[in-house]
Amino acid sequence: MDTIGLYRTTVGKKVVMAVTGAGLLLYVVVHMLGNLTVFSGPDAINGYGHWLREIGAVWPTRVALLACVTLHFVAAYQLTAKARKARGRYEHRRRVQGSYAARTMRWGGVIIALFVVYHLLDLTVGWLNPNGIPGEIHANVVADFQHWYVVLAYAIAVLALGFHIRHGVWSAIQTLGVTTSRVIGLGVAVAICAGFLSVPFAVFTGLVS
Amino acid sequence: MYFTEGSPIADQRVPAGPIETRWDRRRFSARLVNPANRRNRSVIVVGTGLAGGSAAATLGELGYQVKSFCYQDSPRRAHSIAAQGGINAAKNYRNDGDSVHRLFYDTVKGGDFRSRESNVHRLAQVSVEIIDQCVAQGVPFAREYGGLLDTRSFGGAQVSRTFYARGQTGQQLLLGAYQALERQVAAGRVEMHPRTEMLDLIVVDGRARGIVVRDLVSGAVSTHFADAVVLATGGYGNVFHLSTNAKGCNATAIWRAHRRGALFANPCFTQIHPTCIPISGDHQSKLTLMSESLRNDGRVWVPRDRNDTRAPNDIPEADRDYFLERMYPAFGNLVPRDIASRAAKNISDEKRGVYLDFADAIARLGALAVEQRYGNLFEMYQRITGDDPYRTPMRIYPAVHYTMGGLWVDYDLRSTIPGLFVIGEANFSDHGANRLGASALMQGLADGYFVLPGVIGDYLADAPFGPVDDSHPMVADTVSEVRGRVKTLLAVDGDRTVESFHRELGRLMWDECGMERDEAGLRKALERIPELREEFWQRVKVPGTGERLNQELEKAGRVADFFELAELMCVDALHRRESCGGHFRSESQTEDGEALRDDANFSYVAAWEYTGVGRPPVLHKEELVFEHVTPSTRSYA
Amino acid sequence: MKLTLRIWRQSGATGRLVEYVLDDLSPDMSFLEMLDVLNERLITEGQEPVAFDHDCREGICGMCGLMINGMAHGPEKATTACQLHLRHFRDGDVVTVEPWRAEPFPVVRDLVVDRSAFDRIVAAGGYVSVPAGSAPDAHATPVPKPDADTAFEAAACIGCGACVAACPNGSAMLFTAAKATHLGVLPQGQPERYSRARDMVAEHDASGFGGCTNTGECTSACPKGIPLTTIARLNADLLRAHTTRSDR
Ligand SMILES: Cc1cc2nc3c(=O)[nH]c(=O)nc-3n(C[C@H](O)[C@H](O)[C@H](O)COP(=O)(O)OP(=O)(O)OC[C@H]3O[C@@H](n4cnc5c(N)ncnc54)[C@H](O)[C@@H]3O)c2cc1C
Ligand code: HEM
Ligand code: HEM
Ligand code: SF4
Ligand code: F3S
Ligand code: FES
Repeated sequence: MDTIGLYRTTVGKKVVMAVTGAGLLLYVVVHMLGNLTVFSGPDAINGYGHWLREIGAVWPTRVALLACVTLHFVAAYQLTAKARKARGRYEHRRRVQGSYAARTMRWGGVIIALFVVYHLLDLTVGWLNPNGIPGEIHANVVADFQHWYVVLAYAIAVLALGFHIRHGVWSAIQTLGVTTSRVIGLGVAVAICAGFLSVPFAVFTGLVS
Repeated sequence: MYFTEGSPIADQRVPAGPIETRWDRRRFSARLVNPANRRNRSVIVVGTGLAGGSAAATLGELGYQVKSFCYQDSPRRAHSIAAQGGINAAKNYRNDGDSVHRLFYDTVKGGDFRSRESNVHRLAQVSVEIIDQCVAQGVPFAREYGGLLDTRSFGGAQVSRTFYARGQTGQQLLLGAYQALERQVAAGRVEMHPRTEMLDLIVVDGRARGIVVRDLVSGAVSTHFADAVVLATGGYGNVFHLSTNAKGCNATAIWRAHRRGALFANPCFTQIHPTCIPISGDHQSKLTLMSESLRNDGRVWVPRDRNDTRAPNDIPEADRDYFLERMYPAFGNLVPRDIASRAAKNISDEKRGVYLDFADAIARLGALAVEQRYGNLFEMYQRITGDDPYRTPMRIYPAVHYTMGGLWVDYDLRSTIPGLFVIGEANFSDHGANRLGASALMQGLADGYFVLPGVIGDYLADAPFGPVDDSHPMVADTVSEVRGRVKTLLAVDGDRTVESFHRELGRLMWDECGMERDEAGLRKALERIPELREEFWQRVKVPGTGERLNQELEKAGRVADFFELAELMCVDALHRRESCGGHFRSESQTEDGEALRDDANFSYVAAWEYTGVGRPPVLHKEELVFEHVTPSTRSYA
Repeated sequence: MKLTLRIWRQSGATGRLVEYVLDDLSPDMSFLEMLDVLNERLITEGQEPVAFDHDCREGICGMCGLMINGMAHGPEKATTACQLHLRHFRDGDVVTVEPWRAEPFPVVRDLVVDRSAFDRIVAAGGYVSVPAGSAPDAHATPVPKPDADTAFEAAACIGCGACVAACPNGSAMLFTAAKATHLGVLPQGQPERYSRARDMVAEHDASGFGGCTNTGECTSACPKGIPLTTIARLNADLLRAHTTRSDR
């Protein structure tokens, strides 16, 4: 196994992005499913959060997430820098393939990262949350999504995530050496968006309170 | 007086004895250079087509120091890449009665008995190894469902011995050679010089010792030296302006070598290919070939009534003349090119063309099978003409395609200048007066992978030949001649473009020295060409400077050489008062309009010696001896 | 028909778009024949003609390459610039023509660029090491037809560089992958399969091409329709090369 040698190549950097991206995706999926417990009432989601702390899942997850994000970001940055240098600049340019998701990976990623910072200050630390009491997950969430601008912010972020995943999943599989249909990425992205978005909309429309 | 006659060529370096073992015996008798010494022997190979690419790669593998040159930006783009149809080999994988001897026989007959038996036999022998070599390199030949190689038939043969890779056989074979070449580049055995044009040959003390080149990007004129020089610079069909050759194909390398003393053999033997896309207008810059393989399944016809203006699909069966099937029932649509071309020309004209129809094949095999065989050729046709050949028959017309003539070489591929070897289409060696389809690729690779590497050692065993460098008077002279020419071309600053001269020359050659030639026309051409040449040097306009990329300057140099060569072609065509293969003199035909050879007087190779611009060349004859195939009237009926 | 051309002219380090108007064009002309017509005019007017690369004019040598209205080889799918005909333009169109642009493809002059980086990538490993004369009989190794077809499809690459020109990352991965796939699926190419992937990618990166992020512009621009599956194959081979014994 020649990890350094692999990482030196552009393909290797992409492999790192794919693997860390997959880790992040796994977290997002679990998180999304966890969020759905909100529909089973306050006790369910609070209990779920409590249980996660009890079994000691929180810190190892945070460490892993941080590692993934860092590697993911560093590789993305290095690839972007190389591409910037390599790519040609035209007076007149038209895209043919035109996958919006594929072209917005970098900015999409940055939007997601900014959102996560906000999100942590909101629901984890509580500073930006109208309720803001750690542990009262249900109350915090409900307090948040009374406001249209919070819903909007979450919706934008989740859509950005969706786009990122739509291309990311297909791209990661391709990077790891298998070509599949692009539909898989679309399916995963739609499921994740729907799952995440259901919560703020349910709260905003009064379905969950 | 168009020419004078000199002494016949005595020695062709052909080993005596049974033809089947000549090549083995020659290889055994050739002296070798021991592996340690090969490192100190250098070879220049000009051209990176099938012949040059395979030769440079193989000489590199053997351990020689090789310098390789081409005018394109990469060796992979040599004109061989455009070959579509296939490559012959006497593998007899089909068990349909093929053999080395049959390929040998077909080729000698196909060439209308104007080729050297020993060379052709060797070519047929080596053909078998070529396929092995290419498959091992990963050339993706067409295969059957069982995983074995597929073959098809080509003109002039009744067996199925043509290996192919869809319509891209030349590309795939060339990429194989190119990859082998790049492997040697990486290994440091071959030094590659792309975008570099050879403008002259350096001959010192009677030996070819190097070349003068121009770097097409910087414009710098410089010299390269070696113990031997190999020319693999392809054919000269572009003399005709419109041909199926790539735009850059030129005669400069061989013509300059000819001017330095190499004899030029059979210059008038040019091949006109029957199935090309007809000319669409004055802007036409080149002609596109539709592979001969199409005649496997396509049927050629014209309307019975010359003035029939109906769309082809509206012409009922009864009003169509499938003239090849009618005139040549045994070979049908698969008669050799010279025969098909002339039949087509006699029966139709340049504008309307003739039809190549796939309706029967589609009905018989299904559109899918036809697409699998010819899909990319059909697409190409549609892109160029805007017509869909699955629905309407293709319109085709003959066009200049290949030149059988070239620098004279002996059995060892040596020209008449010691140390100058010539391989591939650039030499005259194997095809006589007409080349069979799928045999040029075979010859290029035979020369490059096997024949040249097998015999060049015999010459290099005598090296080193003494030092040469830029200060040698012969070298300095050659360089200053080249510089002077470049300077003159730029200095004329007249009022006519190079293109306009080339077009005029091409038209003249097509009319007077094309598919059919006669004495009056050739004499007319021989008057006009020198005038045109003079005019060129008075009136040509080449803008820009010689100090950087200047494509107009490149073209000017090439066209300048075409003038001189065109004259020699006409002299050769005029002197050969017989018809054979691609050379059809209207004065010499049978009652039913077939070529009438004159074996008593013209069973020889005409090798011409240069004596000066506009001066009568000297004819040297190499008498042809036929021991294994008896010359007969070619019949494909 | 009439077209207004905006053509990139460059003879030193920088260049600019220059406008030319051509009347009297025939729809049957190829794009390059139109440039021929323009050049004939420029020469008679005493100007220097537009330099552009071309040779076969049949879509097979890979020499031509123009960015036409921002699209590599122009608007027609699976068509090289030399095979593009004016019937695909409308009378009166304005057409911008630029050279391929990418850091590893420096402009030589006008529309001519230097693509020698492609040769270096092939030299790094795009071959099967089989010296002339050492081959077994061609039928010694049958090749299953599906593999032969996959190899052929990839081998069709003409090395034109449109993929690089179109790629937003300036990546030559499609070109590299086409060669790695052609040789990598054939039995003849197996012994060097993984070292080939490793060495070609290393040279690709060293030449200054960007990394592929699977945007797919390349395959849309490719005149031979080389599929993206080739890139996946190359990725798989590269992973294998770096995760097994390093001498492979
Ligand atoms: C459209 C077409 C289709 C064909 N199809 C078939 C077919 O199906 N089967 C078949 O057997 N034959 C076919 N032929 C014929 C065959 O392709 C050629 O005869 C053969 O490829 C010639 O190979 P070569 O190596 O001799 O020369 P080329 O491939 O022509 O190579 C010439 C090389 O010389 C270089 N060169 C030339 N002049 C100079 C110079 N002055 N300085 C430096 N370098 C120079 C060029 O750069 C190039 O690298 C076809 C020909 C054409 C035109
Ligand atoms: C720090 C912020 C982020 C940035 C800058 C970023 C950027 C990128 C970029 C540039 C790519 C490459 C696109 C491609 O190769 O096609 C990518 C791929 C990917 N990203 Fe992100 N991303 C970020 C965060 C995330 C997050 C939070 C997730 C988790 C859901 C994620 C999941 C993925 C996946 C699965 C891929 C595919 C990997 C691949 O193509 O090999 N990314 N990201
Ligand atoms: C709209 C939907 C979302 C809701 C309702 C939501 C809800 C929450 C809540 C309540 C917490 C705090 C849990 C706790 O402290 O126990 C949390 C933490 C977190 N969320 Fe979300 N979230 C949403 C979307 C997202 C998205 C899209 C991402 C990532 C891209 C994300 C990433 C995180 C992270 C990283 C944490 C911190 C986990 C930790 O403390 O270690 N969330 N989320
Ligand atoms: S992959 Fe396609 S676009 Fe790229 S060089 Fe090959 S043929 Fe051209
Ligand atoms: S466009 Fe570029 S990013 Fe990859 S898929 Fe093609 S090389
Ligand atoms: S000129 Fe050869 S591909 Fe266009």
